[in-house]
Amino acid sequence: MSEEKRIGVFICRCGRNIAHTVDIDKAIEEIKKKHDVAFIEENMYMCSDPGQNLLKEAIHSKDLNRVVVAACSRDMHEPTFMSATKEADLNPYLLEMANIREQVSWVHENKEDATNKAVKIIESAIERVKMNTPLTALEIPVTQKALVIGGGIAGIQSALDIADSGYDVTLIEKASSIGGHMSQLAETFPTLDCSQCILTPKMVAVSHHPKIELLTCAEVEVVDGFVGNFKVRIRKNPRYVTEMCNMCNDCVEVCPVVVHDEYNMGLSPRKAIYIAFPQAVPAYYVIDPKTCLGIDPLICSKCAEVCEQDAVDFDMRGEIMEDTFGAIIVATGYEPYPIESIGEYGYGLIPDVISGLEFERLLSANGPTAGVIRRPSDGKEPETVVFIHCTGSRDPAKHLPYCSKICCMYATKHALQFKHLNHNATAINFYIDVRTAGKDYEEFYKRAAEEERVIYIRGKVSELLQDGNRILIRGVNTIAGEGVELHADMVVLANGLIPSEGTKEISSILKLSCDSIGFIKEAHPKLKPVETAISGVFVAGTASGPKDIPETVSNASAAAAKAITILSHKTLERPPQIAEIEQTTCGKCHTCIHVCPYGAIYYDSTSNKVLIREALCEGCGSCAAACPSGSIELKNSTYRSISASIKALLKGEEMAQ
Amino acid sequence: MAKLKTAIVLGATCAGCDVAILDLNEKIFEVDDLCEFVFWPTAMDFKIDDLLALEDGEVDIGIYHGAIRTSEDLEMAEILRKKAKVVVAFGACANFGGIPSLDNLPYDQSLFDLVYEQVPSMDNPQGTVPLEIIELKSGDELTLPKMLKDAGALNSVIDVDYYVPGCPPMVPLIEKVVDVLKKFSETGTLPPKGTVIAGEGTLCEECGREKPEQISYHAFFSPQETKKIDPDKCLIPQGIICMGPATRSGCGALCTKMNVGCRGCMGPTVKVKDHGLKMISALTSLLEVDTEEGMTEEQLEKIVQRIPDPLGTFYRFTYGSSLISKLHSDKEDK
Repeated sequence: MSEEKRIGVFICRCGRNIAHTVDIDKAIEEIKKKHDVAFIEENMYMCSDPGQNLLKEAIHSKDLNRVVVAACSRDMHEPTFMSATKEADLNPYLLEMANIREQVSWVHENKEDATNKAVKIIESAIERVKMNTPLTALEIPVTQKALVIGGGIAGIQSALDIADSGYDVTLIEKASSIGGHMSQLAETFPTLDCSQCILTPKMVAVSHHPKIELLTCAEVEVVDGFVGNFKVRIRKNPRYVTEMCNMCNDCVEVCPVVVHDEYNMGLSPRKAIYIAFPQAVPAYYVIDPKTCLGIDPLICSKCAEVCEQDAVDFDMRGEIMEDTFGAIIVATGYEPYPIESIGEYGYGLIPDVISGLEFERLLSANGPTAGVIRRPSDGKEPETVVFIHCTGSRDPAKHLPYCSKICCMYATKHALQFKHLNHNATAINFYIDVRTAGKDYEEFYKRAAEEERVIYIRGKVSELLQDGNRILIRGVNTIAGEGVELHADMVVLANGLIPSEGTKEISSILKLSCDSIGFIKEAHPKLKPVETAISGVFVAGTASGPKDIPETVSNASAAAAKAITILSHKTLERPPQIAEIEQTTCGKCHTCIHVCPYGAIYYDSTSNKVLIREALCEGCGSCAAACPSGSIELKNSTYRSISASIKALLKGEEMAQ
Repeated sequence: MAKLKTAIVLGATCAGCDVAILDLNEKIFEVDDLCEFVFWPTAMDFKIDDLLALEDGEVDIGIYHGAIRTSEDLEMAEILRKKAKVVVAFGACANFGGIPSLDNLPYDQSLFDLVYEQVPSMDNPQGTVPLEIIELKSGDELTLPKMLKDAGALNSVIDVDYYVPGCPPMVPLIEKVVDVLKKFSETGTLPPKGTVIAGEGTLCEECGREKPEQISYHAFFSPQETKKIDPDKCLIPQGIICMGPATRSGCGALCTKMNVGCRGCMGPTVKVKDHGLKMISALTSLLEVDTEEGMTEEQLEKIVQRIPDPLGTFYRFTYGSSLISKLHSDKEDK
């Protein structure tokens, strides 16, 4: 690189953000002395249009061939200045940023020291930019097809939105039917429309959509690749019933195996051959291999004998399929907090203490009691029901630290619906705070409390005890400041939400970062709520934290829109600052191959070379650090340029000590 | 055609480099045809005055082996530079400081005391230690050269034209040097200044052991601790420390062919400044790659702790020219 370096340095004041702590004029004086600096200017806001124009004009008028912008972090504005550089016909990779805001003005107070540090950081960027070479972004082809993982309302919505935009979608669901938890709900707050009635049209739309491939009883096993080209291995578990099934129900009548029905939260029986619920999609039966007596060894084959369609196939085997997708949406949802772990509430020991979802099933017209509230213990209709909010939630010492967001509303809905069924009955809600931050939510709560006379007691329940055939509730009324003891016929625990097993599994397969509870972390909690740390992988619905249905649906649509931003391109640009192997010194020791987290490096035996798959390389630099012969370097982060920028930073340090 | 006037000068050396030259067997006759030795004290009776008596630049090829450890080594190197047209750093000590430079550790006087007084094998009731000057009863003075603060490579004190690494440089390398000399004698041309007369890649190229596509290991063993080392498979996954991946090729992988891990005497490739650091970086990257995430710092440390004498292992030949030794000597200065 022998051409003359003409470096332009642009220092941003960031209003007072930088200028308050860094003496900009003094910094300019210092930097001016540097060899190769052909132009230096400051601006109030470099990221503003005038700031960018300053940069663009200077590149032309001063004939600059390198640019340093001293402002905020790369993450914040590197794209802005790169595009400005590009617009001024200078290769955007000949720009470096010097972070004098986050790394200087925001963390220091002493103006003199901060100014000195800012100067050093700018000098370091100057040294670095001198060694940069012009690069061209890599173009990689995009597979214009999305994978949506999880068939609850979030996954359904995402899949429909993407498919309606004209792109192919594969929707995969672990269970035998899509629908998720929403299909188990009776009515939904605050409008009390029937959950099934609003959900099933979407489920049917999924099954009929020409752009959607629906895979149920299926799980993601391995994901390789990168944005635009994720290679996914999917395991399809055997259903043992083929599509020939016409749902005549003859098989169910002869099946001798009776087990708890998961759809009804175990409150009713089902057979080993069954359909999850009448509106299940896809609409054919399934055999539960864990309890069926016909699967290896074949002890009973009654269902197969009566099936006129010959739809039962005990020999069905699982299949592994592989496919490539441009984008992935994770919509693996939540599960209720296991309230068995709250000993003082006696769930599992006291039969009439039930969970929120169990009550939901009791309320449902297609539930075990056809919509009549009956006690699990004796089948009688309860007169007094206590609803306990925040079961498991907001209890950092013992259970979940966070608010599960929906429990106030669903416990209120439960109480309201219970009162609708029996106006003379008593509904009592124990709460910490009633949180009604949603459209029409407060009105809904007021309606329950004021019109339907649901009793709200502010306080926690300390224990539940079986007292004869009733339940003794001991708690506290924190408004009255006194203990409370009362009897009820039934207690409903509004349990909080935790990430589902599927959410945990998929986040480990995709290496997504999660919070301490296991919910998937968004790339930015405010500005990137459906993106994840992995480019091309999005998260929708409760997989990233508790959400109600409206929020889940809009979240899912947002994730779909984000996925479409990838799918709508035939090719994607990827940053070219990737690893490069110097073949003359490479000893083919294979160290880098295993160190690479993206599988981007391989040994090619034909050429006896270790090579890089450019499209897979993320430019993380792990290989460069590990390479024992020093043969791997990242483009524009070479040993020479890193060493030059470190030297600039440490200049004068020896003398100072 | 006139023979090349050749001087071989010794610094802090074991003279193994001299023996290596003699190991050329019949090729030594070619050397004799090519070279006229004007100075080679190991092989013939030469004194310093013989070297000083030569004109500046009279020597065609000056070969230096050994580290710069004492004031005499420094003086000899400077004389050689003055007398020779071309200076070759020969062997690991002259190239990188070698084993003598391991005592650049921040030990100062205590190392001296250890060696001359405290080691169990030392019987020194009078506490006799080497002194720079001793006055004899006759009034005469006897002097020894002064120990320099650090032992270093030849190029830390004089300009060096060519490098031949190895401890000692292996016969194939010396043959290469002979070929270079032959060409010089016949055509007058030399390779570009700074050329390292050795391979460009690393030892792995020459070793021939089978490497798994994905290398990892879970423990270190000393060779005597393992029941059997597979002679056909890469040593690192077998838990044997081998500097091969970080070490310049050219020796023919003699050690690994004998089931011994490479000790790194050829030094790093042209790309690397700090041989040991690079190997440490590589080895720690490969440690339990698959299961690392599930392990605690303590568990990982326990494995690494099993490396005996890490400095002597990773910097056996290159400590004197490593970045880390500069860090050490800076500390010492303060």
